[in-house]
Amino acid sequence: MVVKIIKNFFKRIFSNIFKEKKEIKLGFYGPPNAGKTSLANRICKDFTGEELGVVSKIPHETRHVQFKEKVDIDYKGKKLMFKMVDTPGIATKIDYEEFMKFKVGIKDAKKRAKEATQGVIESIKWLDDMDVVAVVLDATENPYNQVNITIIGNLAAREIPVLIVANKIDKNKADVKKIEAAFPEYDVVGISAKFGNNLEEFYESLFKLSKKVKR
Amino acid sequence: MVDKKIKSLGRIRGFTIQFLPYSEIKNLDSTERIRKILSIILGNNILFLQGRLKTDEEARLIGDTMAMIGHVKSFKGIELAVLNGGDQDTYYDRFKQSIANMITGGDLSAITIIGPATIVKEIKRNPKKIELLLSR
Repeated sequence: MVVKIIKNFFKRIFSNIFKEKKEIKLGFYGPPNAGKTSLANRICKDFTGEELGVVSKIPHETRHVQFKEKVDIDYKGKKLMFKMVDTPGIATKIDYEEFMKFKVGIKDAKKRAKEATQGVIESIKWLDDMDVVAVVLDATENPYNQVNITIIGNLAAREIPVLIVANKIDKNKADVKKIEAAFPEYDVVGISAKFGNNLEEFYESLFKLSKKVKR
Repeated sequence: MVDKKIKSLGRIRGFTIQFLPYSEIKNLDSTERIRKILSIILGNNILFLQGRLKTDEEARLIGDTMAMIGHVKSFKGIELAVLNGGDQDTYYDRFKQSIANMITGGDLSAITIIGPATIVKEIKRNPKKIELLLSR
């Protein structure tokens, strides 16, 4: 019995010393055009010098899940390694004619619509694989959107730690307080991914949240 | 003023509003529930469902809807909103609500509105108000 306890004690100590540093899978979720890729790009650029994906004014620009592995984020002397997972925007409807408003030709619009529907399905499938999720919302839009509520509800059901990011605070119409009122149980950070405003608070909340990750 | 507003509405396409009591889906599994809901929506109906789906069922409904776009003629997706009467302030109220949900087998204080995107342009939801904007 005593030998077993001693054996387990040393096993635990050595496994902790030689344990490989594990990446935290950080997912960027939210509705289309909220700024998920812009935020992921900003972080990747700051810590790796490279961007993750293409940003555009056209909704559903990200139509496949895209990653960046081994992103070491340094914040106030602490370092955590993340796998950044940028997901396509989740929507309940997709109409190819909407893309044509952005001067996209009919053939390309139909192709985009098809890929966008697949992207939504892909995003939903990936929910199970996340360690921590930043739900990126457009702070100029009404937060009481069922897509937002469904995403957050699904993450809560899976016990995945959630940080709500109110993006686009550089715009006059932005209302972070409205998002806070809509999701009072969650930490809400107002940022501008485009201009890099308030990212310090984002990193602080992210590090705090990462402590809750089940490993 | 009102006449002007009515005139500006123009012609609205035909649709039916269908109410589905929770008892109709209570004993169905997730696949059957979603199939039933989608069959109502595909018949150009706006569905008022008593109660709400489970969170994973809501996600599945979105996924299944996406899979149908491009395969079902003129189907562009859905508009979805859940009005939750259970947005209580206190923990005690929430506790009472969860007990009631356990007894009834679902959150009957909520109402779910689902409509085809070809008919329902937008469901604007604020905490105390819901607006259904229809497509013309």
